[in-house]
Amino acid sequence: MTNPEFDQYPPEDHEGEPTTEVDCGADAVVASLEQAGVEILFGVQGGAIMPVYDALYDSPMRHITMGHEQGAAHAADAYGIVSGEPGVCVATSGPGATNLITGLADANMDSDPLVALTGQVPTGMVGNDAFQETDTIGVTGPVTKTNYFADDSDTVGDVVGEAVELSRRGRPGPTVVDLPKDVTLGETDQRPSEPRLPDTYHPPDRADQETVEAAAEALKRAEKPVILSGGGVIKGEATAELRSFAIEKGIPVITTMPGTGSFPEDHDLALEMAGMHGTGYANMGITHCDYLLGIGTRFDDRLTGAIETFAPEAELAHIDIDPAEISKNIKADYPLLGDAGTVIGQLDGAIAGPLDIDPWREQCRTWKEEYPMDYEWDPDGPLKPQYVVETFDELTDDDTIVTTGVGQHQMWAVQYWTYTEPRTWVSSHGLGTMGYGLPAAIGAKLAAPKQDVVCFDGDGSFLMTGEELAVAVRENLDIVVAILNNAAVGMVRQWQDAFFEGRHSASQYPWIPAFDKLAEAFGAEGFAVEQYDEVAETIEAALAVDGPAVIDFHIDPDENVYPMVPSGGDNGRFALSEAQLEDL
Amino acid sequence: MSQGLQGPGPLERPHPSGRRTAEGQRIDPQEEAEPARRRTILSALVKHEPGVLAKVAGLFSRRQFNIESLSVGPTAYKRHARITLVIEETEPGIEQARKQLTKLIPVISVTELDSDAVDRELALIKVDGEHPDAIAAVAEMYDGQAVDVSETTVTVEITGPEDRIDAAVKTFERFGIREVVRTGTAALAAGPSETAPGHSASIETTTPPSVTGDD
Repeated sequence: MTNPEFDQYPPEDHEGEPTTEVDCGADAVVASLEQAGVEILFGVQGGAIMPVYDALYDSPMRHITMGHEQGAAHAADAYGIVSGEPGVCVATSGPGATNLITGLADANMDSDPLVALTGQVPTGMVGNDAFQETDTIGVTGPVTKTNYFADDSDTVGDVVGEAVELSRRGRPGPTVVDLPKDVTLGETDQRPSEPRLPDTYHPPDRADQETVEAAAEALKRAEKPVILSGGGVIKGEATAELRSFAIEKGIPVITTMPGTGSFPEDHDLALEMAGMHGTGYANMGITHCDYLLGIGTRFDDRLTGAIETFAPEAELAHIDIDPAEISKNIKADYPLLGDAGTVIGQLDGAIAGPLDIDPWREQCRTWKEEYPMDYEWDPDGPLKPQYVVETFDELTDDDTIVTTGVGQHQMWAVQYWTYTEPRTWVSSHGLGTMGYGLPAAIGAKLAAPKQDVVCFDGDGSFLMTGEELAVAVRENLDIVVAILNNAAVGMVRQWQDAFFEGRHSASQYPWIPAFDKLAEAFGAEGFAVEQYDEVAETIEAALAVDGPAVIDFHIDPDENVYPMVPSGGDNGRFALSEAQLEDL
Repeated sequence: MSQGLQGPGPLERPHPSGRRTAEGQRIDPQEEAEPARRRTILSALVKHEPGVLAKVAGLFSRRQFNIESLSVGPTAYKRHARITLVIEETEPGIEQARKQLTKLIPVISVTELDSDAVDRELALIKVDGEHPDAIAAVAEMYDGQAVDVSETTVTVEITGPEDRIDAAVKTFERFGIREVVRTGTAALAAGPSETAPGHSASIETTTPPSVTGDD
């Protein structure tokens, strides 16, 4: 390594002792995080947050210095998805805080547990347009579960505890604590009390029993029921309940993209993902069902397509922990407000034995044969991205974690990898944040050091947050970044071909870096692959690297993502090909 | 180049004939109708702390709820404030607004008020002062009074339900209105019922100071 100090990094874990002595607000902040069980923070130093970093110096918590605050937020977000415990990110005031916004908005859309601590100018200067001042409370409000302006050194520890607790309870989500410098520097000996929820927050647990029984009766009457399993099943730790309920009753299961991994995709009852780029059989199932049990899903437009044609003949039962999601987009005939696992248990108790729906299961099986997720490839032709994803899946364990950026590569990664375990699919769903994949891989690896982590990225996505590769090298994290490189913002180009007469405005990259050499410059291992016969051996070699590796897969630039339901379209009228798209 | 997967085309597949409304309700295809809007009052009891009003206003703006007026003020208990909102929305829209408002962390409770709720708005109307006697007579008709008089203007105070204020403003137009300011509706539930619940010990760990009346 070129840096002589590099050999000493990462430093030996300094024997930090839990922060028992509190002398100032920053000590209380750190003590509160420790008390809440936080082990790792992701952040970037800066003027107004320096008191907190000073207090962290003696703490046993590990801090990962990221390249950019956006990377810190995504890494913490992915840490939260994989571990189930809030990821914590730290930034200074002004640009530090505003750089977090994309990560906060991402976590807010996907209900990920995330806590951001931001420095702020001293309270006496707030409102004066001081150096590096931003109205962090104002700008983060719309993209957080809630936020806190800490104005008192004596209570700042309690505020941080509440922010952590709120982010992980009920429907998880991001919280922000804005920490003015005089508050973190201010003297106090107040140790934080145990983290507690705000007294106005009471997430529901059991659903109304009468509604449960009515929903169960309707399910027993149904001839064509499906379960739509959303991200809330995973976040609510209800995967086991979902699986035993669906399998015992014999109900086909469709997943939303965030629900990927909640039900094993290799199971006979799995129809996999529905929606814009969902499987043909999932979209047939959801369009023709007469009963839809949605669990922990917010019926996003990428799932539903046009509301008018979404499950148009289905009675809808909706389990959700957030009352504001029930009947927000699709009217629930049976609103089941409560914790996913608990309410599945209630339903289970109201229905004895398997449902008598053999013809429906047979129909779903037929659709699987009729609309297979298949692709054509020629060993001498250009490399198909689907082949890369499938080969990667074959060469890795079932508990391998996949992270992605956003675009075509993300869709191939969700379509052609067989997910069987929860918390192995880590992606940016609601916000659609290009650049999410690499920092997410860092957060995921730190949350699950014993599992393999693969980041499927696009060339466009990788270039948005590629600086975080320096962090992966510095921390010697075993991650493999597989860039599905088509020298374009492929999803945009696909839409231009479909809806803008093939006018490729700002979607093609006339020049992109050699990613293998770029990786080497960062200190990672770099590989480039153009031929089919290099795919498996290169994947093996990259997985064997001690530390991060990047594989630049030069894929067929003409490959597009199918099936496809055009935006606002009818799920039942998905297009399987470019030719079918033209028929619509 | 041929791209994609194999299988029956979009129009070759069986397809159900049912539909939903744009608001997600299953419908009889013959009965597709524009949902009607309704004007109503939401009352929210909130924590009296900085930023609450911004959170409420931001919520209504970003979710495109149609808000007619908003008024905020302290209650008899100093740690709580009450926000009264007049909105005009479809039935599902009203329910969604209520749920989203309830979800804000500093919000303690939200109630949609019944039509018998007591609602009042205050307006100050500054008109040309050429006919002070006539102005006073009209003000009296609306149970109002002149509260400021100059050589050229008279300012009148009127209190009443929103439609009564609308009527008063219209009437005063004949004198030449220079400026109008209106507070927006403030409202309380009729009779002994609580407007928006939340003074119980489960919400506040410290006992509220003893107060008389509703708040």
